[in-house]
Amino acid sequence: MDKMLIQCQDVWKRYGNKEALRGLNLQLEGGKIVGLLGPNGSGKTTLIKVLNGLLQPEQGLVLIDGETPGLYTKSLISYLPDKPYFSGWMKVNDLFELFEDFYADFDRAKAEQMCKVLQIDSNLRMKTLSKGTKEKVQLILVMSRKAKLYLLDEPIAGVDPAARDYILTTILNNYNPEGTVLISTHLISDIERVLDEVIFIQNGQVIRQELVDDIREKEGKSVDELFREVFRTIPYGGGAW
Amino acid sequence: MEWKLDDNRPIWMQLQEQLTRKILSGWYRAGEKLPSVRELAAEAGVNPNTMQRALAALDSEGLTVTNRTTGRSVTEDEAILEGMRASLAEGIIKQFYDSAAELGYTREHALELLKRREK
Repeated sequence: MDKMLIQCQDVWKRYGNKEALRGLNLQLEGGKIVGLLGPNGSGKTTLIKVLNGLLQPEQGLVLIDGETPGLYTKSLISYLPDKPYFSGWMKVNDLFELFEDFYADFDRAKAEQMCKVLQIDSNLRMKTLSKGTKEKVQLILVMSRKAKLYLLDEPIAGVDPAARDYILTTILNNYNPEGTVLISTHLISDIERVLDEVIFIQNGQVIRQELVDDIREKEGKSVDELFREVFRTIPYGGGAW
Repeated sequence: MEWKLDDNRPIWMQLQEQLTRKILSGWYRAGEKLPSVRELAAEAGVNPNTMQRALAALDSEGLTVTNRTTGRSVTEDEAILEGMRASLAEGIIKQFYDSAAELGYTREHALELLKRREK
């Protein structure tokens, strides 16, 4: 099983009394676009942070391309955090320089090209950009690396539907074919068409991992519908709608 | 020609059906080279792996042929194209009779209606 890009075995992560990951197991091979889906607080962001080495699990084994998270795995992973982390005074150009310095696989020409298409002026400071534009800049930076694993935490939440389409196409066109893209999101119907595979996560455990076309074939429904069914909660006052 | 995809059915099957229609309707002509997997995937807004699966299905039906140096192109074998066209037409006719039957028409009556419309 050493061909696996991601391997997690019995991974536990606690925040005080709260168990965010509870013995999570996961195996993922390379060359795929995978959706990481689950309700709020199910452990999506925690899992992504454990994979990229920002969080240390208390227990369990995590291997990326056969290595535990560290210097080597960081060079493989391009990570889009759920919140922007850049200083407001920096210009988009400054960020390009920063990424050029830090990552050998950053393709500046590509990033500049994408900025042009999205009509983002790279001389502007981050603090002057709208929330959605900031997110676009971040995604441009992340997708302009030639990484083996892209970890995208809620990449389309804050942008308008037209930009969403552009971003999805950007992901499709720019991920390197041997690379794997792991996307966490709630906006399933917007992205399910580009996915190979989905992982359903609940209470810190993987409860389902399947090819999306297999779901459609077996269940006769979209991933979005399946998600609503699996994670349905009874409304206050009882009854369905 | 636009791509129309419905999330409730396997995407690769829908891509296969639509590519088949594009070939049989002459959008892609016999012997014509098809765009690359990536180009087609980008056009349809789907994952390249999904498009690959649809194209592999076309290959196995003989509608397309893959050449190691020149890529994938539409077959020049008219018999295959004709056979495919006939089986697609068959499906449309069956659908017509089935829908008519749902409304309570017999096959004869449905055919009668069709003929009358032609006049």
